[in-house]
Amino acid sequence: MNRSLIDLEHITKSFDGTMVLDDLSLTVKENSFVTLLGPSGCGKTTTLRIIGGFESPDTGRVIFDGQDITQLPPNKRPLNTVFQKYALFTHMTIAENIAFGLKVKNKPKSYIDDKIKYALKLVNLDGYEDRSVDSLSGGQQQRIAIARAIVNEPRLLLLDEPLGALDLKLRQDMQYELIRLKNELGITFIYVTHDQEEALTMSDTIVVMNQGYIQQMGSPESIYNEPENAFVADFIGDSNIVPGIMLQDELVEIFGAKFICVDKGFGTNKPVDVVIRPEDIDLVEPGAGTLSGVVTHLIFKGVHYEMEVTTPDGFEWLVHSTDLFPVGRKVDIHVDPFDIQIMNKPASEDEEAIGVNE
Amino acid sequence: MSKKLLSGPYILWMIGFTLIPLGLIFYYGMTDKTGAFTLANVLSIATAEHAKALWLSLGISFLATCLCLLLAYPLAMILRAKGVGASGFIVFIFILPMWMNFLLRTLAWQTLLERSGVINGILSALHLPPQNLINTPGAIILGMVYNFLPFMVLPIYNVLAKIDDNTINAAKDLGANAFQTFWHILLPLSVPGIVSGINMVFVPALTTFVISNLLGGSKILLIGNVIEQEFTKGSNWNLGSGLSLVLMVFILISMALITKYDKNGEGNAF
Repeated sequence: MNRSLIDLEHITKSFDGTMVLDDLSLTVKENSFVTLLGPSGCGKTTTLRIIGGFESPDTGRVIFDGQDITQLPPNKRPLNTVFQKYALFTHMTIAENIAFGLKVKNKPKSYIDDKIKYALKLVNLDGYEDRSVDSLSGGQQQRIAIARAIVNEPRLLLLDEPLGALDLKLRQDMQYELIRLKNELGITFIYVTHDQEEALTMSDTIVVMNQGYIQQMGSPESIYNEPENAFVADFIGDSNIVPGIMLQDELVEIFGAKFICVDKGFGTNKPVDVVIRPEDIDLVEPGAGTLSGVVTHLIFKGVHYEMEVTTPDGFEWLVHSTDLFPVGRKVDIHVDPFDIQIMNKPASEDEEAIGVNE
Repeated sequence: MSKKLLSGPYILWMIGFTLIPLGLIFYYGMTDKTGAFTLANVLSIATAEHAKALWLSLGISFLATCLCLLLAYPLAMILRAKGVGASGFIVFIFILPMWMNFLLRTLAWQTLLERSGVINGILSALHLPPQNLINTPGAIILGMVYNFLPFMVLPIYNVLAKIDDNTINAAKDLGANAFQTFWHILLPLSVPGIVSGINMVFVPALTTFVISNLLGGSKILLIGNVIEQEFTKGSNWNLGSGLSLVLMVFILISMALITKYDKNGEGNAF
């Protein structure tokens, strides 16, 4: 778990003069499930393609288990890829698809047959050997693409938005399936997606990317609860991002009201950005909270109500709560100290370009 | 009812210009000059002169088709590798000669290959002996390849262009080298285009008489020339029709191949 399997060292890549990756360095530990998460164009797929060998970086090195594989063509790399739109070979049967990687490596037939059986069982499609690719549904094709990759026993599996083309229910099923597969096989997964829920559900480590830079890297909990900048806070789940002034350690002023928080070391009277998740805001009777406002919007979302509370300064707070407060009701806002996340404001234009603003 | 009316003109066209002429060929082919039924016209393919012309035609068309395939496939691969804009331009360059008259293009080759033509002119300027270029099977094959090459390039290019990059990447990812990727992935996936291209070259090459007239002189008789002469010089429509029916068998075979390998019409050039 602690050995590093992939090291990307100072990777830069540009297409037609547009910088896609700028001095990106990333370490992926053996047997981890790492998700590269970001909006389209953030460089996550390019990063994956550089690891897979389908793009070569302009500068920088790709290290696999201590070996420099930057110049190695994809067919010589000890890893496999599951492509976004399956990329199955439509002129072959399912068994031939799965056997392909083993056949080009001249494995004996009995070994290949065993492997096909094993792989189909693993993805819950036993007995599909002689079916044609066209006769399978999208979800089944995706399973075959995974089976085709894992029969080669790669130490690293790259997955490029593999669930992007599936419908919601199937996507959720496949998420659990992938976690199960990863645990059974004990190999390292690097997973690319723009779906934050997918990333939170499956990964050990999430790498949030934007505009070719890594914004934050950490466990799903730390990414969600302690976003380092407004981009991460905004991209991962809903959030209220408000300007504040750090009066002193553990005390922040928002719209003139003083909130107790747990953050330290920002100095005194320093402007900061404050992130508060909508489910962390408690609505209480007027006089009982820190900031007063009026409920201006109400939507029933199933699990909870989504409300907007407008405070006198005009800011609309997004609130998720299982308690109903009708539109027009005066309420107070209360936030527990550990639910307040303080972030430095971008100090310069440069830092802003690193993706604090999307 | 109105939909049926719309298709009326086309049905009339097909009856008037396809079915009736075809019926007439059948009629002439199966009768003698007096109108009595006979198989003699069809069976005359077995005479030494006709059989020789047929074998020569099949051989020359086969060679021309093979050459077209060998030239077209790499070109189609190059076109696939280029971006859309660049490949569009190259395809345009290849189609450009097709806008010029077929006869003119073939006549141009005649002036190039002639005994006192351009190529021999260059050779003699270099103090090299003149070559016997025109009126050879080689000249006919050259004319066929030159005229029919675009019909091979386009269907193959169309099929190759539709293959997703990731399908090729997947093959490489699974460990296939360049040759294995070509042999196991690209080639099988492009079979519909290859079959379509072979048909679009082989069938016209088999039946042509213009190319063999202009570049083969009267020395090399292809089956197309034999049939043409029965209609024009010999005025024996019955024999000409009978031989046409024999040729039609070969065309039907190649059409059967098309439907077998190109079920979805993927290989259609246009």
